[in-house]
Amino acid sequence: MGTFAFLVLAALLIGSALAVVLHPNPVKSAMALVATLFLLAIVFVLLGAHMIAVLQIIVYTGAIMVLFLFVIMLLNLGDEEVPTEWPRVVLRGLAGMAGALMALQLVRLVAGAPLGRMVDAPEGYGGALMVARSLFTDYVLPFELTGLLLLVAVIGPVVLAQRRGR
Amino acid sequence: MIPTFPAIAWPALLPILMVSGLGLLLLGAGLYTDDEETLGWGALAGLIVAGIVTLVLVGGESVRTFNGTFALDGYALFFDWLFIAAGALIVLMSMGYLGETDIEVGEYYALLMFALVGMMVMAAATDLIVIFLGLEIMSISVYILVGSWRTQPRANEAALKYFLLGAFSTGFLLYGIALIWGATGSFRLDEIAARLPLADESTLLLAGIAMLIIAFGFKVAAVPFHMWTPDVYEGAPTTVTALMAVAVKSAAFAAFIRIFLWGLAPVHADWWVVLWVLAAATMTMGNLLALAQRSVKRMLAYSSVAHAGYVLVAVTSGSADGGAAALFYLLVYMFMTVGAFGVVAAIGRAGEPLENIEDYAGLATRSPLLGATMAIFMLSLMGMPPLAGFAGKFYVFSVAVQQDFIVLAVVGVLNSVVSAAYYIRLLVAMYMTPEPAEAPALGRRPYLIASIVIAAGFTVLIGVLPALGLQVARLSFLSMQ
Repeated sequence: MGTFAFLVLAALLIGSALAVVLHPNPVKSAMALVATLFLLAIVFVLLGAHMIAVLQIIVYTGAIMVLFLFVIMLLNLGDEEVPTEWPRVVLRGLAGMAGALMALQLVRLVAGAPLGRMVDAPEGYGGALMVARSLFTDYVLPFELTGLLLLVAVIGPVVLAQRRGR
Repeated sequence: MIPTFPAIAWPALLPILMVSGLGLLLLGAGLYTDDEETLGWGALAGLIVAGIVTLVLVGGESVRTFNGTFALDGYALFFDWLFIAAGALIVLMSMGYLGETDIEVGEYYALLMFALVGMMVMAAATDLIVIFLGLEIMSISVYILVGSWRTQPRANEAALKYFLLGAFSTGFLLYGIALIWGATGSFRLDEIAARLPLADESTLLLAGIAMLIIAFGFKVAAVPFHMWTPDVYEGAPTTVTALMAVAVKSAAFAAFIRIFLWGLAPVHADWWVVLWVLAAATMTMGNLLALAQRSVKRMLAYSSVAHAGYVLVAVTSGSADGGAAALFYLLVYMFMTVGAFGVVAAIGRAGEPLENIEDYAGLATRSPLLGATMAIFMLSLMGMPPLAGFAGKFYVFSVAVQQDFIVLAVVGVLNSVVSAAYYIRLLVAMYMTPEPAEAPALGRRPYLIASIVIAAGFTVLIGVLPALGLQVARLSFLSMQ
């Protein structure tokens, strides 16, 4: 049952991921990305990582994708289609070749790696308790530094977008 | 099970806590006053206190804290001091400059402090995740600073270009970190170094190293990842350009050297060829492109590309001597480049910049002080004894020869000769070209002049007493292990 569900999910995931890259309309491409992220969240649920699944939906599907869509709509790209003249086709070919090379390497790696070395995730892995525990103990410094990073990121829009003259 | 909180050695955090506290204070004070001098003096006083505390910490023994992800060692303190000194000089430069722009003063100084915090984190981190966060804090602050002069179209263009390319390079860094984690199972540099023999020749590791080289190549502006440099350096407010040219580059090198000459030192054989080619290309392209520039700001941008190449020569050779030479070079480069950009800021005027080489004609008669200091910086950048630049290049190239990278050293020396052409062209303009009839008057900028004079003083001082500086650099580098 688990394997069957995963295979169906994986097929859908690859399909929607391809749609993100291949669809010429930016809005539909973004919607396909929403679908991809949702499906990935379901994969996390299947793995028992409920916390990560919820975060995935809240952060990516909820916040980041809404931002993406806003930007696309503000830039008015809705109706425009990505042009497909000659140099772009060549570039696409080159990018495709680079991607294929990367995929080949990955397949070689996975095929060559001793898969038996993998270990099962510990009990509760990816749950709220485990995430919180490592966040506030082992990773407390990165956590605090992220706070500073977010502060800087908040100042940025204010500096760059505010109107002068109080 | 009660989770155990990691033991924290607070002194290790002292420098970054002080500077980030200073940033917050300036941000708050910016709500009440717009006076660039009041806030500037505050920033300067805070940085001087932080600098003194950093010097006091130098005597202590090295500690690692937060599960070995953050270090207080001579290496971190060396760079802390370098960033604080560069920050103080840039604050001094900004105090006369900001009033001529419409940059928000409080936010400007606060972001400058946060950028310094990011750099200090990069220099002290011994863990790839923490290095990444430091790099992001620094980069995002600097993206904003580049665009902070909002009514200047070329600053907007520069900020957008820097942001897009910088975000792209961050992607490479993260991917590289993930691949190295895949190969070694750790983010910590000491654990990575210990596990590398097991992971040697693994494709994951090599791909990860390649990604890291690309990401840091972007940040230090090494050829072929330098495309953004001239446009961004030219478009940014000159004080921010000085920050990028010295502090951002040094911070990227700080993390680069710690990762490659410590964490990845066991696989030196795998990566030196890539850095060799990168160093040779960076020196050659930087100097050749600098020859063709009419704008002094762009010329200095390409010259900073070339100087990244000289530091890469030292990194390529990969020994303790190489590390010491690289640190020494960064120290020397900091003073002479801050000073040179200070002179550019002193000549240029807000809104209608005077940055072309013609605008420097007869500078020596118009302002003997600016002429003489610019001459010191140009001769030092060229590598003329007895100035600091000569000592820097001498150590870098002699390390390269010692480690049998003779061809690379020859390429470097030939490049220094080529570079003389464009540095001397500026000297000729300043000293041997008559001043144009309607030359605009130079404003009175006491703070700017002070920062230029201090930078010139250190450039001469380190040039006269290079052994002391090199000894400090060597001890700092050795304290890393």
